[in-house]
This record gives sequence, structure tokens and C-alpha cells, in this order.
Amino acid sequence: MENRGITFGYGFLSQESSFDVQFSLIEFDGSHSYFRAYLVGLLNTILVSVIGIIFATIIGVVVGIARLSNNYLINRTAAVYVEFFRNIPLLLQIFFWYFAALRALPLPQDTEAMFGVFFLTIKGFFVPAFVWNNLDIFIYSLMAAIISIIVIRIYAKKKQENYGIQTPVLSISLGLLIILPLLSFLVGGVNASVEIPVIKQLSQSGYTYEGGIKLPPELISLALALSLYTATFIAECVRAGVQGVSKGQKEAAASIGLTPNQVLKLVVMPQALRIIIPPTTNQYLNLTKNSSLAAAIAYPDLVLVFAGTALMQTGRAIEIVSITMLTYLSLSISISIFMNWYNKKIAIKEK
Amino acid sequence: MNKLNFLKPDINNLSTYLYTGVVLVTLSIFIVFINSFFNKDLISFLPGTISFFLPLILGFIGLHLIRIDYSGLKFLDKVNKNINTNNFNAFLSLLIVFVIIKSLPPLLSWFILDANIAGDSKDVCTGSGACWTYIKIWFNRFMYGMYPNAEQWRINLSFIALAFLGTIGFFATEKFKKYLTLYYVVVYPVIAFFFIFFFISGGPIFFDFSYGIIAAVISIIIGFFIPSKFKMYYFIIVPITLYILLKYVFFYEELIELGKLEALEWVETGAWGGLSLTFIVSFFCLIFCFPIGLFLSLGRRSDFPIIKYFSIGMIEFWRGVPLITVLFMSSVMFPMFLPEDMFIDKLVRVIIAISLFEAAYVAEVIRGGLQALPRGQYDAAKSLGMGYWKMHILVILPQALKLVIPGIANTFLALVKDTPLIFVVGLLEIVGMLNLAKTNPEWLGFAMEGYVFASVLFFIICYAMSKYSYNLEQKYKTER
Repeated sequence: MENRGITFGYGFLSQESSFDVQFSLIEFDGSHSYFRAYLVGLLNTILVSVIGIIFATIIGVVVGIARLSNNYLINRTAAVYVEFFRNIPLLLQIFFWYFAALRALPLPQDTEAMFGVFFLTIKGFFVPAFVWNNLDIFIYSLMAAIISIIVIRIYAKKKQENYGIQTPVLSISLGLLIILPLLSFLVGGVNASVEIPVIKQLSQSGYTYEGGIKLPPELISLALALSLYTATFIAECVRAGVQGVSKGQKEAAASIGLTPNQVLKLVVMPQALRIIIPPTTNQYLNLTKNSSLAAAIAYPDLVLVFAGTALMQTGRAIEIVSITMLTYLSLSISISIFMNWYNKKIAIKEK
Repeated sequence: MNKLNFLKPDINNLSTYLYTGVVLVTLSIFIVFINSFFNKDLISFLPGTISFFLPLILGFIGLHLIRIDYSGLKFLDKVNKNINTNNFNAFLSLLIVFVIIKSLPPLLSWFILDANIAGDSKDVCTGSGACWTYIKIWFNRFMYGMYPNAEQWRINLSFIALAFLGTIGFFATEKFKKYLTLYYVVVYPVIAFFFIFFFISGGPIFFDFSYGIIAAVISIIIGFFIPSKFKMYYFIIVPITLYILLKYVFFYEELIELGKLEALEWVETGAWGGLSLTFIVSFFCLIFCFPIGLFLSLGRRSDFPIIKYFSIGMIEFWRGVPLITVLFMSSVMFPMFLPEDMFIDKLVRVIIAISLFEAAYVAEVIRGGLQALPRGQYDAAKSLGMGYWKMHILVILPQALKLVIPGIANTFLALVKDTPLIFVVGLLEIVGMLNLAKTNPEWLGFAMEGYVFASVLFFIICYAMSKYSYNLEQKYKTER
């Protein structure tokens, strides 16, 4: 290394980066440091991972349940979906959405609004934004609701263990979750107005939308591909989990007089979740790692911003690649430590 | 006649309910069919929202009417049991049928009816459908990358030869069955390596290759007459000696002087590409990652702390980072640690990187299998006086590997699906070639066709692999 004239050190992180990033959650331009560039990349990675995880879970659970349906058509449709999306490389899917599907969208000036407020154009997806007054009070009310729900749950559990009386926790918590934030609107002086994107002419033939939130096509195609791809694996996890609960368990629960809802809630789900959650967490981890494919379509995630642009500018390959790898590594190791702890906690206690 | 109650169909008025229901369902499907295939709206006289939902409502009522348990009609019972068990299922079934009918015409017209395949320039693609001409013209590039057209027979020949050699196992007689593992684990990969390194790569070293082939053929022929006791040693020693003899004693000077054999043209790995590169990379990574993963998984359960923690570290490190950063590291960082005059080919670096990466996943899968074995198996093997290796090779691994066939198959599938990532280091396999072709100014705007084509190819490959693994699993399944 020495004879190649390479020095080693992390001092460059505080230097001024002189590049711009297309899409960032925090303010960033050329005058900010490389460390801030790292944060921008990390936040973008987290953003797309969280969006992907939410949608993948929703699609995966729905498809997994559909896969168990006794309706032949639903069952087959779900199976075709799973087989199809699972067997095509993720990179190919990302390219498909980005270069083929989203490129077929209309220009901003030709776009028709969806529900009057959403605009899906070739330049991105424009959605209305909320403009908040006294956002902090709203958040406090939300936190208060969540804390009281936890307290009620503990209380209800104790009550059931001691006296065998069940409390309708779900409806109470739903009610709290709605009423407290609502109160903050009525009493606390919180108000939110919706800012709808408006079309604006930039040049003779160039249009764009102003106001609202702009989701760039890179983010959409990446999130779409990630969630559709990972959902197939989650669907299989869900199916395996529910099938893993033996029929005798359901029959036994029904024979002691539990209602079908109680059977599902108290007998089937706890056992199924024990099988479902570990592999599903693995899939979340995979999704987060796969989000690094963003570099292929120029979504400014950690790999593109930091291990791409910043590396090209500073030439400090070792430091940058090691930081990038360490970030992913610490993420996945912390999740696997958590998983080991969780596995131990929920494992069947054998004598 | 019994009283009709349309809210609760029963078997007493079977034919009434059946006829009404079937007519309604047929009508609803007919309306959607005509609307979608012939673009005629039969019910346009109704107000917009109603005419949109009418088929759904009609079909829903129809399905409700024919939902009669134990009707005695086989077909009806089958329909009821499979797609019409309750209102919700009926609704979903109808929805799926309608969506399929609705989406068929556009798909058909894009894929077949309005598509073009004739001609050889983009001018023929005027229709609204797909332009398969694009695929046709670029087919060679998608398959072979930048490999020279005149030399592509070398790739074909290698793949055919390797495919043939790979199927030998199916034809082996009982007598040779016991050598199959040795063949597939040691001999076949070596042959494959020679084929790819000398034949596809070409260059002056091709001479070596021909000597190697001659040596291998001669030794195999003689091998049939060797008693099986010595066969293992024989197959290791004799080919190598023959090769050395051929190269340095018999032929060397003669051939060089005569110049009879002209060397194959050297094709650098940067020019390789397309689907053939996908196969080459996947093949080698499959071969390498399995033994590495096996050793890592054994190491993780080892009693020596150094081996144990080394294995754990390796596994957790490779599993923790995304493949794209690993490839990045192999292309940017790795060369810095090498001496200045040393150069490792990009393809080799990529294969090493992917193999190590996937090996960690294989290791975890195999560990699952090892953990699933009851302790008694270890104790029994030890009580027979077996050592560590003998115990693992004869008792533990055959059982453990059998258990984890699905997991290993999944890892291998993931590997095949990960190969497109080698675009990071500038190697263009099929997805990379597609992206290159897409930016060609002559052929702009055909991205969709390319991606659909590649998706179908990958789907076929991966689906076949997963079905094969399923067969394997069934074949080796034993009752426990």
C-alpha cells in the first residue's frame, strides 16, 4: 500500500464534499461534509427498506393466507405470483420497473390525477403533503395513547391470569388510538392542512408539479421491486407457519369450547408466529441488504452516495468500503443477536 | 312445487336455482368477454357506475344461487367446493376470472398478435405490440456477450460437452456407481475448468489442453482394466504423469516445429458475456461454495476455539454484508493488497467473491442439518471406533445433507439470481447486455422486450432448478 502512495485515515470524513445528491431526507449540498453524505445515504437506505418491509409484509401475509385458501382460483393465483416473482433476479425486476414500466408513464402535463390529488408521472409520483401546526402536541397524544395501551394490556393480562376474565383489549386500544389524537385536534390546537401538488411550467415543454411530496421514480421502482420480491418469501414463511400448527391443536382448542376467533388468537397464532417470525426477520434483513442494488438505478442509497460518489472523489477505497460494510454488518449482527434472544424467549420450554 | 326462497337456495328446487344461477353467471362472463375481446359494451345503456359493476353483481347472485350442498351433480359439487364455498370466496373467484378475461386481449396482442419478428431492422416494428426483431438481432449478444461471432462454436461445444459429461451419472452401471461422487465432486469440476480455461479462453495454452484431453482419454480407457482396489490412486497419478510425458517428452518439440496445430484465438474475459457467462459464473460458484460452506459449518461446531471462532467470524461477516459491496471490495479494494506486478483476472475475483459469499449461506444451511441430527448418531458412530472424518463422511453428513436439500437448493437458486450483480465490476452477463443494448441509439425504446425475454429465461432456469431439487428431496426422503 505504501508504495502506491495510499495513506490511511478517517480525517476526510469532515472534509467538504463537493457533490450534490438528487434525493435526500436531510438538507444536503456540496458544502456539507462527507460524514453528512454518509448520513444521507444511510437515511435513504433506511427509508427504502422501511417502505419495502411494510409493503412486503402486507403483500406477503395476504398472499400467504391466499395460498392456504381452499378456493382453487385464489390458491393458484397466489402460487403463480410466488413462483413467478421468486424465480426472477431482483436486479432484473428493478430494471424492469425502472427502465420499462415506469418509463411508459405520461409526462407531467398529460397526467390525469388519481383521486384528484395523486399524480403518477414519468418524473415521479407526486402526493399531497400535510402541513402541520403544533405537530409536537399531536405526537405527544399519540405517545400517550400507546403508553396507555401498553398499561391496559399488562393490566388485562394480569386480570385474566388471576380471575380468568377477559378484557376487550383490541377495541379499547383502537378507541384510544383514535380518540386521543382526535382530542389533540379539537382541544390541543393541532391542525393539519393538505397541500396538493399543482402543475407548473418550467420551460416551453417542461412541466413539473409544485408542492406536496415528490417520490422519485428510482425510489418507487426500488420499493416496488423489493417488496414484490421479498413478499414471495414472506408468503412462503407465513404458509409454512400456519401449516406447521397441527390440526390436533385446533381440534383440541375447539373441543374445550373456545370460539373460532379465540382458537385463532390464543392457540393457532402464538404457535404459528413462533415458526413465522425468525425466517421473516431474515427476509427483512435480506431486503435491507438487497436495497443496496439501488446503486444500479442511481437511487442515492448508502452504496451509491458513499461507496460510489464519495469514493470516486476521495479515492479512499479502504476506509469507505470498510465503513459501508461495517454499517451493514452491525445492522445485521444486531438483528441476529436480537433474533437469537427472541428465539430463546419464545422457544417451547422443555423439561 | 316447493316455495322458492332466493336468499337460501336448497336442493328441493335444484333445477330452478341451477338454471337461473348458470344463466346469470354465463351472462356476466359473456358481458365481460365481449367487452374485453370485441370492445363492445353491451350494457352501455345503463348509467356508468352500474354498468361497470353489473357483471360482478349478476355473477355474484348467480354463484349464490348455485351454492347448493350435496346437489348430486358432480360438476356442481366440484365448483362449489373449489371456488364457491361462501360469498367472499365467490366474489374473489369472480374478480379473478374477470381480471384474467380483461387482461388477456392486451397481453395477447402485445406478445403475439401485434408483435413483429420478421425483418432485421427496427423499421419493421410499427405495430403496438412487442418488437421481437430486437431480440432476434441481438440474440447472439444476449447469449455470448462480446465474444467474437466466429468463435462462438467454442462456447457451444464446451457447454454441450459439459452437459454430456454431466449426464454420465444417469447411464452409469452398478459397478461404477460408487465412483460417481468422486467423479462429480473432483473429476467433473476439473474437466469443466479445463474446458472453460483452455477452450473458451483460448490462446497458446490450448496446446496444454489438448495434451490434457489426450492424457485423460487414454487413462480412462486403460482405467477400465485396472482392479478397483487401485482405481482411486490410478486416476490421480496416471493422468498427471501421462500429461507430463506428453507435454515434455513425446510431442513438445515436434508440434512446435511443425506448427501443425494452430492455437485458438485468445478471448479475454472482459469480452465474455451474456447468458453463457451467467452459466459459467454460477457453475463455478456452485462448485466452490459447497465445499467451503461444508468446512465452515463443520468448523463452527469444532472444539478448537481458533477454528470455531474463525468459522463464526467468516460466516457472520459474509452473511452480514450485501453482495454488491463484496463485489465492490473485490474490484476496488482487493487489488490494493496485492503486489504491484500481480494481477488477478476480474472474472476469477468475482467467482472467488461470490463463492465465499454464498459459502456462508451454505454453511448456515448445513449447520441446520447437523443440529437436527440426534446425538445418538454421533455416539453410535464413535462407539464403533470411528474417527472424526470417518464419522462425518460415513454417518453424519449423508444424513445431514439429505435433510437440507431444500435449503441448499434455495441457496443455489439465490446464487444464480445474484449473478447479474457482476455488472458492478464491468462484466456484462445477460442483464448487463440488455442494459447495453437498450442504450444503443439504433435500438432505443425496446427495454420492455429485453427484460421480458430475460425474465422468461431466468424463470425457466430457476423453476427447473427448484423442481429438480424437489425431485431430489423426494428421492432421498427416508422415514425417520
